[in-house]
Amino acid sequence: MRIIADLFLLVGAAFCLLGAIGLLRMPDVYNRIQAGTKAVTLGALAFLIGVALLMPGWWPKLAVIAGFILLTNPIGSSTIARAIHLAGVDAWRKTDTPTREGDA
Amino acid sequence: MSKSASSVVPLTIRLLVVGLLFLLWIAMVGRFDAREWLVGLVLCLLVAAAAGDHLRVFAGVRLHPGAPLHFLRWFAYFLVALLKANLDMARRVLTPSLPLNPAFVEVRTSLESPLGKLALANSITLTPGTLAVDIHDDRLLVHWVDASPGTDLEAATARIAAGFERHLLGFLK
Repeated sequence: MRIIADLFLLVGAAFCLLGAIGLLRMPDVYNRIQAGTKAVTLGALAFLIGVALLMPGWWPKLAVIAGFILLTNPIGSSTIARAIHLAGVDAWRKTDTPTREGDA
Repeated sequence: MSKSASSVVPLTIRLLVVGLLFLLWIAMVGRFDAREWLVGLVLCLLVAAAAGDHLRVFAGVRLHPGAPLHFLRWFAYFLVALLKANLDMARRVLTPSLPLNPAFVEVRTSLESPLGKLALANSITLTPGTLAVDIHDDRLLVHWVDASPGTDLEAATARIAAGFERHLLGFLK
């Protein structure tokens, strides 16, 4: 049990790290939001599962936290994305690729 | 949903909200305690009463015996999508060349209630490569990272939305 819990904690931390790397590496706001939201949501969930395995008595509260994360994380991201979209920022385009067919 | 349609929230919806709030309360208390639960029930009723017509949002829930099953199926589908989304994003982030081809696409939805659209937008945001940006009537504006030249954007995005919609329509309007 202890090992499985640790594994979940590790996976959660790994996804949060990936989210952070994504934030740094992505070229524009929309892609950063994409990387940030998905990775951190799953990372947090994995973390909560890990904690639930370590502390079985806490699981109802952890489930509530998970529910709120699942509900509010995407809303926050979409709201930021919408504000940026309304401010007139367009989707990022790769400009340094020499061959590109059917560019719409 | 038009404002004139009904400002009165059906009793079943009110009870549903009270039930949900009470479940939350019980989860936070974490153990059986008659006094705490009683206080919680009174508070839940008060909150539901104070919220009044704002509870209209919850009128988007379809109340029928099969609804919980549809909810569970949507949730399972959603978890798989979230997992795939993360593996996909991990691959993109870690590939040195950053394989991205972002574009905006519009998706039509047959979900009509605000709650239904919210659930769909949230689902889309946590699906591989997509981010819900804006909602106008029955159209969702979606930012998609994998719009490689040559792919049929409309068809591909419609497929993403359709998967969720099929399950969501089982318990949301």
